[in-house]
Amino acid sequence: MLRDITIGQYFPGSSIIHRMDPRMKIVLTLAYIVMLFIAANALGLAVGVVFLGLCYLVSQIPLRMILRSLRPVVPIIIFTSVLNMLFVDGQPVFQWWILKITVEGIQTAVFMSVRILCLIAGTSLLTYTTSPIALTDGIERLCNPLKRFKLPVHELAMMMTIALRFIPTLIEETDKIISAQKARGADMESGGLLQRAKALIPILIPLFVSAFRRADELALAMECRCYRGGEGRTRMKQLKIHARDIWCALAVGLGLAAVIALNIWGGFFMNT
Amino acid sequence: MGDFISADGVVFGYPKEDGQLNIVLRGVTLHIREGEFVAVLGHNGSGKSTIAKHMNAILIPNEGQVMVDGIPTTQEDRLYDIRQRVGMVFQNPDNQIVATVVEEDVAFGPENVGVEPAEIRRRVDEALEDVGMSEYKLHAPHQLSGGQKQRVAIAGIIAMRPRCIVLDEPTAMLDPKGRREVMSTIQRLNRENGITVVLITHYMEEAAQAGRVVVMNDGKILWDATPREVFSHVQELKEVGLDVPQATELCWRLRREGLDLPEDVLTEEEAVEAISKLLEEVRG
Repeated sequence: MLRDITIGQYFPGSSIIHRMDPRMKIVLTLAYIVMLFIAANALGLAVGVVFLGLCYLVSQIPLRMILRSLRPVVPIIIFTSVLNMLFVDGQPVFQWWILKITVEGIQTAVFMSVRILCLIAGTSLLTYTTSPIALTDGIERLCNPLKRFKLPVHELAMMMTIALRFIPTLIEETDKIISAQKARGADMESGGLLQRAKALIPILIPLFVSAFRRADELALAMECRCYRGGEGRTRMKQLKIHARDIWCALAVGLGLAAVIALNIWGGFFMNT
Repeated sequence: MGDFISADGVVFGYPKEDGQLNIVLRGVTLHIREGEFVAVLGHNGSGKSTIAKHMNAILIPNEGQVMVDGIPTTQEDRLYDIRQRVGMVFQNPDNQIVATVVEEDVAFGPENVGVEPAEIRRRVDEALEDVGMSEYKLHAPHQLSGGQKQRVAIAGIIAMRPRCIVLDEPTAMLDPKGRREVMSTIQRLNRENGITVVLITHYMEEAAQAGRVVVMNDGKILWDATPREVFSHVQELKEVGLDVPQATELCWRLRREGLDLPEDVLTEEEAVEAISKLLEEVRG
């Protein structure tokens, strides 16, 4: 069971989006976010929605995965929608005591909700189609210029890789410790919140001790393999920008251009 | 040609809280030639792991000197030259694997020493081939068994093209199957690739496979000879808390009961042969 855990939410596949260079994917995701936020009218936003829909179609990510990624933001959407509906001034459609709901309020609420949903679904597409290791790699290489400002880019990426590497190991270990403590009569399922939190202590302490010991041994093993930070290090895997990356960039560029165009002339279409 | 690793009069102690030294090695002199397969035996606290850590400059002796390929381990600016020549594999395979994909992990060492990308690729494929793990190169480490993980760790070391591998109880945490896998890998590397192997172990059966056995006790070298010679000292080995291979033990006990068996039996096959020869003689 535990051996099958997946880290993050990577959904393996072989679509063009999966095979894209992780750096390009990160940049294009950022461009997509920009696209969402500069869209000033419904048409512009519609372009964003359609664009995302097409991307999901191409990537062959099942619909239930998208819905799953959107579930956690539902409360936020409800909250902001209610606020928008109540506090945006304009033509009232419904009035009761001091509460009034306006046409403009409803419009803003719908607009914001769609924008947030697209934002989450768009960034999820990145994590669905990119393995954590490729993602880390992409971030490291994209941030490389920041080294000039003394940002420890390589070290951060290394920490990330090691964390990813040890998550399954530590989960397995936690499982073992829980079994061991249960075998000694530890009670973890009953009692109130406080009692259950207390019951975690005998699990967390051995887990921490072992994590430190592991870290110590790993550091030694890394030293033995001549690790000395990012200085003078080469990489086996070289990232290359392929034709497909250029095509994807063009597609996003086209979307962005469409949104900007609609911002300028969109009002014209809406009013006629 | 001289010795590849030479330790002369090495004294080493771990500092205690009161500033005193807790002496672990009391004057160890050990010379290892290129291409040898040396097993270092000893029970817990005998100093066998400590001497291993001197062989790639993780530890520096308090007294005496360790030289690797003519480089003294005290020479700090050549630290990575030493570590590239002498790779080290540890007990727990989980705590040596750095990356989340097998081939990326094997590439870690060569990447650290700045090898060209294409050359790394070649070395990684070769190293995985050498340990028989090629088909797992895209697996995540946690999907592998203990023996497989340890072989990946070995591949990670040989991808740096070391001339010597020091293995510190590499099979202690493995099941019998994993132990066999790792041992046959080590033997093949020694025989076919000519890599010098120093195997720290407390399994007598593993030590019996080496070309030379060094027995350590209380920070000193007790014996340094062929397995056959070392394991013929059954009584003395037992006195320092060590066992002998099961086949040797059996013949030793039978001989004590007055049966005429040879002293230097190492493997099960040899024991079977010796005993059946004896039985034939008895039957006439």
